Amino acid sequence: MRLSTLFAAASVMALAAGGQALAGPTFDAVKEKGFVQCGVNGSGLPGFASVDDKGNWSGLDIDLCKAVAAAVFGDASKVKYTPLTAKERFTALQSGEIDLLSRNTTWTLTRDTALGLDFVGVNYYDGQGFMVPKSLGVKSALELDGASVCVQTGTTTELNLADFFRANNMSYEPVVFETNDELIGAFQAGRCDVFTTDQSGLYSSRTKFENPDDFVVLPEVISKEPLGPVVRHGDNEWGDVVRWSLYAMVEAEEYGVTSENVDELKANSTNPTIRRMLGVEGEFGKALGLPADWAYQIIKQIGNYGESFERNLGANTPLKIKRGLNDLWTRGGLQYAMPFR
Amino acid sequence: MAAAEPRSGRQSRTAFWNDPRVRAIIAQAVVLLLVVAGAAYLINNTIANRERLGVASGFDFLWQVAGFDISQTLIDYDRTYSYGRAFLVGLINTFYVAVVGIVFATIIGFIMGVARLSSNWLVAKVASAYVEIMRNIPLLLQLIVWYFVVLGGLPAPRESIALGEGVYLNIRGLFLPKPVFGEGTAIFLAAVVLAVIAVLVLRRWARRRFEATGQPFPVFWTSLAILVLLPLLGYVLAGMPITFEYPKLGKFRISGGLVMLPEFMAMVAGLSIYTGAFIAEIVRAGILAIQKGQWEAAYALGLSRGQTLRLIVIPQALRVIIPPQTSQYLNLTKNSSLGVAIAYPDFFNVAGTINNQTGQAVEVIAITMAVYLSLSLGISAFMNWYNARMALVER
Repeated sequence: MRLSTLFAAASVMALAAGGQALAGPTFDAVKEKGFVQCGVNGSGLPGFASVDDKGNWSGLDIDLCKAVAAAVFGDASKVKYTPLTAKERFTALQSGEIDLLSRNTTWTLTRDTALGLDFVGVNYYDGQGFMVPKSLGVKSALELDGASVCVQTGTTTELNLADFFRANNMSYEPVVFETNDELIGAFQAGRCDVFTTDQSGLYSSRTKFENPDDFVVLPEVISKEPLGPVVRHGDNEWGDVVRWSLYAMVEAEEYGVTSENVDELKANSTNPTIRRMLGVEGEFGKALGLPADWAYQIIKQIGNYGESFERNLGANTPLKIKRGLNDLWTRGGLQYAMPFR
Repeated sequence: MAAAEPRSGRQSRTAFWNDPRVRAIIAQAVVLLLVVAGAAYLINNTIANRERLGVASGFDFLWQVAGFDISQTLIDYDRTYSYGRAFLVGLINTFYVAVVGIVFATIIGFIMGVARLSSNWLVAKVASAYVEIMRNIPLLLQLIVWYFVVLGGLPAPRESIALGEGVYLNIRGLFLPKPVFGEGTAIFLAAVVLAVIAVLVLRRWARRRFEATGQPFPVFWTSLAILVLLPLLGYVLAGMPITFEYPKLGKFRISGGLVMLPEFMAMVAGLSIYTGAFIAEIVRAGILAIQKGQWEAAYALGLSRGQTLRLIVIPQALRVIIPPQTSQYLNLTKNSSLGVAIAYPDFFNVAGTINNQTGQAVEVIAITMAVYLSLSLGISAFMNWYNARMALVER
């Protein structure tokens, strides 16, 4: 583990040496090599990114990687995954080791600027929460004075935690882990009273617990955590491809286009937005540098945003997360695709 | 010169690229040039690419507010301090675990190394088993076992194991009474210093007397008495200035007192037991390197086995032991960076966090490398000095 950062830094140097390859847009490089190298959560976050015993990846973040591959190649399977810890992720993207980072990463000002990265959208609106064992008898995060808190290193969570306890004049003991699996082990053993991360992460991690029912998530949400895909700064064409792949999924849900009915709608729909999106009319594909049926391929192979959400996080999954903020804007949520026009 | 002349005449006919001396110089110059050019190319490209990506650069971030907390801080630190200060906290934590680890590893290693040569079958086999098992299991695995299995099995704070007055052990760590220094502490400290000086003087005197008259003096027991009684006297005379703050059981954890974090305990246990196995082998090799004649001569003089070991064999064996021992100390210090796996906030762990929060990988890695290099060179320099001192004893 300790070598990984050094390795990543070494690859910054190494890739920097091959300067010409990096100077060109990622988009061309991706088309040339024939697959998308996608950086994903390596410590297993069911619902967002996890791998089964046959090596198949699934999750909301994984669907975004697949959507980009479907848009570019018309084949959602043309993705190679790089599992990353929170600490390694930005270096991996900066160095060019991956083309796209889709790893429940919070969009912040520093990351968007000083780290040399560009966030291109939000695929999950989240907030930081706290989980405690029921036996502790705590009802609110404001009762946590003096608690010891398990947190993952290199996250916004670590900073929000410090701010929250300070703002409320409480003391705490941070126990900082590099991967989620180590953290879960220590938390279940009782090393800490509290486990804090994004609420979705708490629910997701709880599915891995031995006794998930013994733990409860406190009501307080102490931060905004808009999670989304990230590309390198200045990589505009590639950024557009990722951004509109995400929007295509959201727009499709808004217009009722699903993986089931997309063939029929492509053939028969008279709705101009649907016709433009699916490439029957207009030249959106050309403008993005993609095939005309790019959005059709995304919806056909992965489904719209709602389908992806339900499949990975919804009521029929162990996570049972409600749409909430991640519902469409038309239903009171925040998911809103820019117009396909 | 007459003999050399025809040869130089022949040499002048040989082309200069066939002259081995010139060739060597040219080869070295070319290699040097390539290395410098390669380095310049790498550095230049790194800078250019980072500028193109808009990645922040330079070391200004060291003065910015860090914004995160660290669990074990031996100096004042909280989230409002700077990244530079956070680095320092991490460095001190690394130093702390390395020093404690080295002390324990040395003790364990010496005991086990000597035990392996013991004539007692059981003792020798236990020591062999220890060495063979511990040095052949990867350290990371051992640390994880210590942390998650051994210390992870300790009870919750409310069911703490009480180990005497004000000493508790639970999954949050080992809690000890914390000394509070009141007025008059100076008198007590003066008594301690005085006791140490007295012991040193006594040892010199006893040694001189021994060399002059051959009469041994019970240095150990007298020293112990001085070290205990003199400070005790000072303590009572000063009006018992040191009181203890006892840890108390709070809602979540035991508050007050001194605490030794389980991460720290697991690190010390893992590092010292692992490195101790290597040191045991070095000690054994050192002792076996002493000729049998030395033992026999000592026995002939009527020294006991313990005396022979202490006065004859080990002083000579140290000369063989110290150089490889230095490598083990360096290894232990560098291995402490594995603390990141079990949440011990050592330098590498803190540097990783800073790297991630600032995104300035190149600067952070450069600082990290410089720090570990300095630590290693420092230990190396100290051990070389000690080695030189021991080598002087050679007769």
